[in-house]
Amino acid sequence: MATRLKRLERWASLSRRGFSTSCDEQKLQQSGKNVNLFSAINQALHIALETDPRAYVFGEDVSFGGVFRCTTGLADRFGKNRVFNTPLCEQIVNEAAKFRYRSGNQFNCGGLTIRSPYGAVGHGGHYHSQSPEAFFCHVPGIKVVIPRSPQQAKGLLLACIRDPNPIVFFEPKWLYRLAVEEVPEHDYVLPLSQAEVIRPGSDITLVGWGAQLSVMEQACVDAEKDGISCELIDLRTLIPWDKETVEASVRKTGRLLVSHEAPVTGGFGAEISASIVERCFLRLEAPVARICGLDTPFPLVFEPFYMPTKNKILDAIKSTVNY
Amino acid sequence: MAVWFTRSRFMSHHLKREVGLLGLNNPSFWSSFTHHNSSPLENCRTPETVFSIRRFESTKAEKQLDSRFDDDENLILDFPGGKVTFTPEMRFISESPEKRTHCYRVLDDNGQPSMCSSFEQISKEVAVKMYSNMVTLQIMDTIFYEAQRQGRISFYLTTIGEEAINIASAAALTTNDVILPQYREPGILLWRGFTLQEFANQCFGNKADYGKGRQMPIHYGSNKHNYFTVSSPIATQLPQAVGAAYSLKMDGKDACVVTYFGDGGTSEGDFHAALNFAAVMEAPVIFFCRNNGWAISTPTTEQFRSDGIVSRGQAYGIRSIRVDGNDALAVYNAIQAAREMAISEQRPILVEALTYRVGHHSTSDDSTKYRPVGEIEHWRVARDPVTRFKKWVERNDWWSDKDESELRSSVRKQLLHAIQVAEKVEKPPLADMFTDVYDRPPSNLSEQEGLLRESIKRHPQDYPSDVPV
Ligand SMILES: Cc1ncc(C[n+]2csc(CCOP(=O)(O)OP(=O)(O)O)c2C)c(N)n1
Ligand SMILES: [Mg+2]
Repeated sequence: MATRLKRLERWASLSRRGFSTSCDEQKLQQSGKNVNLFSAINQALHIALETDPRAYVFGEDVSFGGVFRCTTGLADRFGKNRVFNTPLCEQIVNEAAKFRYRSGNQFNCGGLTIRSPYGAVGHGGHYHSQSPEAFFCHVPGIKVVIPRSPQQAKGLLLACIRDPNPIVFFEPKWLYRLAVEEVPEHDYVLPLSQAEVIRPGSDITLVGWGAQLSVMEQACVDAEKDGISCELIDLRTLIPWDKETVEASVRKTGRLLVSHEAPVTGGFGAEISASIVERCFLRLEAPVARICGLDTPFPLVFEPFYMPTKNKILDAIKSTVNY
Repeated sequence: MAVWFTRSRFMSHHLKREVGLLGLNNPSFWSSFTHHNSSPLENCRTPETVFSIRRFESTKAEKQLDSRFDDDENLILDFPGGKVTFTPEMRFISESPEKRTHCYRVLDDNGQPSMCSSFEQISKEVAVKMYSNMVTLQIMDTIFYEAQRQGRISFYLTTIGEEAINIASAAALTTNDVILPQYREPGILLWRGFTLQEFANQCFGNKADYGKGRQMPIHYGSNKHNYFTVSSPIATQLPQAVGAAYSLKMDGKDACVVTYFGDGGTSEGDFHAALNFAAVMEAPVIFFCRNNGWAISTPTTEQFRSDGIVSRGQAYGIRSIRVDGNDALAVYNAIQAAREMAISEQRPILVEALTYRVGHHSTSDDSTKYRPVGEIEHWRVARDPVTRFKKWVERNDWWSDKDESELRSSVRKQLLHAIQVAEKVEKPPLADMFTDVYDRPPSNLSEQEGLLRESIKRHPQDYPSDVPV
């Protein structure tokens, strides 16, 4: 409980400050209102339907606005022919992912974007707090994108919808209401497969995505008090991921820590770790650290034990720097 | 139950506190949350109470006023989907109808049209093309099957016994109608002009294969012929077909989607999702079930207990028909009518064709292990759809023995030639392994390709020599 509270407070403070943005994204700051993540998603869906007559929104409960309110107003505005409920039916791994490949590029499922809530939310338990991103990362043919904030969510979602490949877009449940930041009202996209350095540093590189970044940011702040300078990177697109940005950072710092909510074994952190060891073996001054979820189903009451908390990360930062 | 309520109240209280602390409390969220919890209980109680009171108040005058009673004075419930009559009798619906659904057929076993059969006469030209294609399909199956046995291709699967389903349904459609096949329907491609060479190229996985050699033999696909590429997992094409049909509907096209599947496929969740989805979306799609009695070794008696597949239609609100799948004229007429209804009325149609899988499931199967040889022989000889149709064509004086022998020898020649050519055409280049995963290969694949090429240079003996690098 205490952990949860802290986590929420932490997020609130972070979102008030907002993450630093890279230069080419400065222009995004120009206009806009403070909105939360579900409203940013909603804006993106409105723009997608408005700008492309062949864009459709369908799925469980989307017609009335969705369980998380992301599709509010779409059916009224664009009609029930373009925004409708469907019985659930999933064909992501065997069908969407291989459609282009198996037909020799004669057919594709083009701009398919599958939005899904994901991640811890404080009370979800086994099924509703899972982070299954690594499953999808292991299926060639689909891309996996996870935003960290409302402004990012809008720009990345529009980029996904307009990308000619099937994409699984995971929306961190925790942030739907609690993450608030200024979001430009106009149509804009953020690049896929481009990581973003959201906090520059020189002693160790931290890589994460989605809601976990707020926890990592706190660890960076605390580490700074001990004189450790951390560079924090939001991967944003997990597949195909931006190795170059992570590699360049590790070449500078010589150390890497990856953190995600999903179970550590076979998690996407393992992939990042292996790739960086391949590329920067001689530059590394310590083993790559992974601070992740545990290899259990997501446990309701033991959630605070399960989660990759700020102090777990902070301890790992220290032991990696002092290796 | 009590525990659940306590817990959920605790949860909402607990969350309220957390969120409230942050000053982010949102009244509309919490009010809708509370409403959600209580409404199911209210819904359950209210109607019961209302109707029990009404029952005692029944009078003729009231009946005229609000017509809440049927002719036998039974109370009627106005319920989503239509009016439902209450009955004091507790009667369960039987699990099976008294009589099985009839099977529409035009030609009897001797190729003689039944006297009172309603069917549309087809032209000589169409009839001869249908018969020729049925024969071609049979010969293609025989020769490719043999090629697999000789180790020249890795796998094969025949359509023997289902030639009428393949060719007659194709003949009743236009080439604008979009096909989502299972895997036992190559005849539709053949009808649409996919050449024997193109079939051979796919089976040999050479560089002329449109699938670039990535899939097993028989996984044909041709965008040009509106024929989606075959996918191995059973029944996945069904919900996709509904989506494709919905797209035709939205574009106002004068075309429908036809998706084929086996009796086994109807047990998959995708089958149920697709029928339901199509009915609700009013999608112009024909669901064509080839009930051939077997799903590999599983007989239909172990697959379902309903009266076949046709009976499922009504449960989903879909018009349906059962047809003799070994009668080309019946299949042709049923599909032509189904197409007309699907397009003009914008609705799905379910067709169940009764037939038999005369061949083994595939080259990986020996069906004599699980079914009597006598059964196979009966269907292969006495119920052969090609022979039956031939008798009708001959009766019309449209076909001679000379035509027959010319056709057979020409198709055989073409096929042997196609195989020889396909075998010689080189395999798709190594680069094709990395393309089409995405629209453009991302860096990880380029990197892996580079590493692979280095490995090939160092260890050429580890790799097949017929793939150009
Ligand atoms: C989802 C899935 N489950 C199982 C299989 C294995 N399998 C391949 S064909 C087949 C039988 C299908 O039978 P049916 O639908 O009746 O078609 P038929 O082969 O008789 O034409 C099975 C079970 C598969 N390909 N996909
Ligand atoms: Mg079957």
